Amino acid sequence: MMMVCVMLLLFFGGVLAWLTQAWHKDYPRWISLATCLIAGLLLIPLFSAGPQQQVMVAGTATGWIELVQAPWIPRFGISILLGLDGLSLLMVALTIFLGFVAVLSSWNEISANTGFFQFNLMWTLAGVVGVFTSLDLFLFFVFWEVMLIPMYFLIAIWGHERKSYAAMKFFLFTQVSSLLMIISIIGLVLANSIDSGILSFSYFDLLAHPVGGQLGWYLMLGFFIAFMVKLPGFPFHSWLPDAHTQAPTAASVLLAGILLKTGAYGLIRFTVPLFPEASLALADTAMLLGAIGIVYGAMMAFAQTDFKRLVAYSSVSHMGFVLLGVYAWTELSIQGSVMQMVAHGISTAALFMIAGALQQRLHTRDMREMSGLWKTMPRMGAIAMFFIVASLGMPGLGNFVGEFLILMGAFTVHAGITIFATLGLITGAIYALIAMQQVFHGPIKGARGLNDFNGRELTAMVPMMMALLCLGVYPQPIMDMVNPVLESLHLVTTAEPSLWTGRTP
Amino acid sequence: MADHAFLIPLIPFIGFLILFCTLGNLPRYWVAVIGVGSIGSSAIVVALLGIEFLSQKDPTPYAVHLYTWMNLAGFQPGVSFYIDGLTLTMMFVITGIGLLIHVYSSLFMFEEEDYSRFFSYMNLFVAAMLVLVLADNLLLLFLGWEGVGLCSYLLVGFWYQDSANGMAARKAFIVTRIGDTFMALGLFLLYQHLGTLDIQPMMHVATASWAIGDPTVTLACLLLVGGAVGKSAQLPLQTWLPDAMAGPTPVSALIHAATMVTAGVYLIARTHELFLLSPIALNIVSLIGAATLIMAAFTAMTQSDIKRILAYSTISQIGYMFLALGVGAWASGIFHLVTHAFFKALLFLAAGAVIYSLHHEHNIFKMGGLRKKLPLAFWSFMIGSAALAALPFTSGFYSKDAILLSAWESGPMGPGLWAAGLLGALLTAIYSFRLVFIVFFGATQTEPDKPAGSVMAVPLLILCLLSLLGGLLTVPVSQVFPPATALDHSGLIPAVTLAIPILGVLIAWLIFLRRSVDLGAITSSAVGKFLVTFWFRHWMMDSLYDRVFVKPYTFITLANRRDIIDSFYNGFAGALRLLHDYATLSQTGQLRTYALVMLMGVVALIAVFAGVITP
Repeated sequence: MMMVCVMLLLFFGGVLAWLTQAWHKDYPRWISLATCLIAGLLLIPLFSAGPQQQVMVAGTATGWIELVQAPWIPRFGISILLGLDGLSLLMVALTIFLGFVAVLSSWNEISANTGFFQFNLMWTLAGVVGVFTSLDLFLFFVFWEVMLIPMYFLIAIWGHERKSYAAMKFFLFTQVSSLLMIISIIGLVLANSIDSGILSFSYFDLLAHPVGGQLGWYLMLGFFIAFMVKLPGFPFHSWLPDAHTQAPTAASVLLAGILLKTGAYGLIRFTVPLFPEASLALADTAMLLGAIGIVYGAMMAFAQTDFKRLVAYSSVSHMGFVLLGVYAWTELSIQGSVMQMVAHGISTAALFMIAGALQQRLHTRDMREMSGLWKTMPRMGAIAMFFIVASLGMPGLGNFVGEFLILMGAFTVHAGITIFATLGLITGAIYALIAMQQVFHGPIKGARGLNDFNGRELTAMVPMMMALLCLGVYPQPIMDMVNPVLESLHLVTTAEPSLWTGRTP
Repeated sequence: MADHAFLIPLIPFIGFLILFCTLGNLPRYWVAVIGVGSIGSSAIVVALLGIEFLSQKDPTPYAVHLYTWMNLAGFQPGVSFYIDGLTLTMMFVITGIGLLIHVYSSLFMFEEEDYSRFFSYMNLFVAAMLVLVLADNLLLLFLGWEGVGLCSYLLVGFWYQDSANGMAARKAFIVTRIGDTFMALGLFLLYQHLGTLDIQPMMHVATASWAIGDPTVTLACLLLVGGAVGKSAQLPLQTWLPDAMAGPTPVSALIHAATMVTAGVYLIARTHELFLLSPIALNIVSLIGAATLIMAAFTAMTQSDIKRILAYSTISQIGYMFLALGVGAWASGIFHLVTHAFFKALLFLAAGAVIYSLHHEHNIFKMGGLRKKLPLAFWSFMIGSAALAALPFTSGFYSKDAILLSAWESGPMGPGLWAAGLLGALLTAIYSFRLVFIVFFGATQTEPDKPAGSVMAVPLLILCLLSLLGGLLTVPVSQVFPPATALDHSGLIPAVTLAIPILGVLIAWLIFLRRSVDLGAITSSAVGKFLVTFWFRHWMMDSLYDRVFVKPYTFITLANRRDIIDSFYNGFAGALRLLHDYATLSQTGQLRTYALVMLMGVVALIAVFAGVITP
């Protein structure tokens, strides 16, 4: 029940934050912060529950850390089915952690209508938690929408100069892809009911009767495109730079940190297991798209002058690694993908927060206007260096573990694509270092009395640095959490002979 | 002592953490104590470990397992150390030379505003370099490998307010990263075929499963060589090292002369069992070494910046190490690594002393006559250059002589490699004594104002001693490598090898001191002019890379700054808008238009139903 509590807490916390705005404009922030902290505390006991869960093929509901089942619309086979396993728990924990960071990062930035802002923030978080725990596909879709609408408001209301364009673009891309997904969901459920005789949106029921053939291929594409847009995978990425650049800092943190991860999560949890045959047919293409995304995103990032846009394109590059790892579907590469999801979530959130802090101080995001900021803000400079270095894949930090495992796993599956993807190590270094140069190094421009990071900002930054360091030097606990899930998903996808089994060494 | 091996990299790392987290808020005195003290403590642990290891009658290598880094599907790289004679040799160099350079820096850098930041990076560097040589698996080695690259980047760009330094730092990082990418691919390939990255088991499996000359092992070796040439500044990735001289001089001495740039040599030596399986890869290594040492020596002859001369000389000397590795003279290669660390650190630190006394002057033609005024620097340069030129009985002589003789005896390519090495030796003697004669003899150009302090003098003196007498040392690697063939020191070939450097010094003396040869006449002739420019710009390699890689990459990325993919979506949106506009045109609001259109529709429908027209 803990995950339901967390979700309800976020929903009610958001409402409460909105209501208290009338009393004092500071209350909503404190309420949001408290909500995230309490949610985080609620999650702690779940970690000790231990990794013993497996995905059930026939619908036996045992082995999960938590599983909640309640009827909802029985006529259509829709129920409230929420499950928490190692992978979900990891993602939920990341969500709450970055939610905490997002609240802190918006502390002084947002002064208008703080209550509604915090409401949207909390509801986005709640929606994401729902996405990470739903095992009923209809419920999953509902949460998928719940996380979108508040995010749309965050961008459209509190965004920067081109906010309505960016918000509309974000909305259209995600809505069109959601439409494809709901069609696929309904198609899958109907095809399944013909096969099994029961109408059910339950993940377990659907797993039991995989849909193959041409129908399976098209249904799979619906899911795949929806998740690719979210990821974002090349060539569906172009909403992201605009949305990121225009969004307020907190929204950028959430977008990059966790919303993108729902796409990757969807691929791992739904697309590949539900359509093993079609996914195999797609695998090489998807790996290639991942590799292109890695290099293309890095090249685009290099060309940017807007700091937030640069970080946004770097996300395209990093999420390309995730796509590559998922479709290589070896134990190493998928573990790498999960690690990359967590590490990228943290490092990019931090970089967006730095971008936000710079914008707040300098009133610009244009890197050509910045130079030599290390001198006046050494703390921010040192922290930025840390995350830049993390994002270019320095061993000892989490991102390296992810990227290395992905590449090493993928190499055994398809050496050519992996060699191309490995170019990302070079192109990644190029844009990351140029950003550091333009913002923090170089001659000092003008005399500026800029404030270095304060206590509040350090409170957000230091835990993120610690987390990346821990992931880098001792990633095993995370891997142990996720491993049983992946092993069982592997079982699912190799249940049919000649599917994934043929590829994995 | 073995249980305490983890302290060796940990102490410098803690030094880094303290200095980095205090962000320059510690008093200078404490910074120096922590920064130098951490390296000193680490050096003591290394010394104790070394004594314990070498005092055994039959030193056996051992592993120290700290913890398992990750454990996935049989992939279990540990944070574990492997200690044998080679590791120890490297650790002696890193902590020993490292300590001397840190002591020197404590005065050299004293007036720097970012004193603390400097020492924090230096400590991190030493920690990473120690991890590199201690690692028992290639993944941990890669951690150290990238770590030293990062520190090199940070220290080259230490004076960050000058954009040129930032440029040099980025160049250093990115060019070596290209090599690292090859190396990473090498690791993937090795893991795919051997199922492990732990070096010792891997070597056994490789020897057992691959025949000599197997294409896969050749490919794997060449990928590792890709990493090695990046880090060790060898052809074709050597272009970053001269620019890396933008960093403070102690950095050049420690990172870009004594330790990091020899990491490639270490990597090949560490995986030598693999290379023994691939004669092609070994031949390529020796050819790379030979070509690089000659190219860089020619360039060193034409440079005027004191540090760039030393940088090209470093590239050239590492070429000798590669040559040694390629001809299977493993121990000689490592021996040259050690002696080179002595005399090149000495030369850099002495150059630092000159620069320190001359207000950051780097141009050798603005120096001159410094022999009397800076006697310590002068004698350091004399000894260092003698060792660099491999004059008899200096440390450099013993190591280089062994390499050249091994090259001679190494089979069909032997005489060619020997001749290349000999030409390099001649050039080395010329360019190193050109430097000495121009800087320390002749007329005074710039008046030195402050002599190097005693804190700087002590490391110089120790390094002088090591450069002179280092040849008497033996590196404890006899058990690491296959036994070398005994070299024949009698006959014509050894005599020529011995004589050539002396000839080089003589030539330099004639040209630059006695001025018996009119250099101006030679260099102003058409051919001379061309060659001097060509060599000065290092065989045009920078311009070549700029045209082939840098410019096109920048052009393509900037041309696509607005993302061509996005224009597709925008085009789609635009098309929809256009359709919308056309559709709006029909909404005229005029009844007669609507009536007319309706009538036309009705007529058309009737026509269809009546069969007058078939659609």
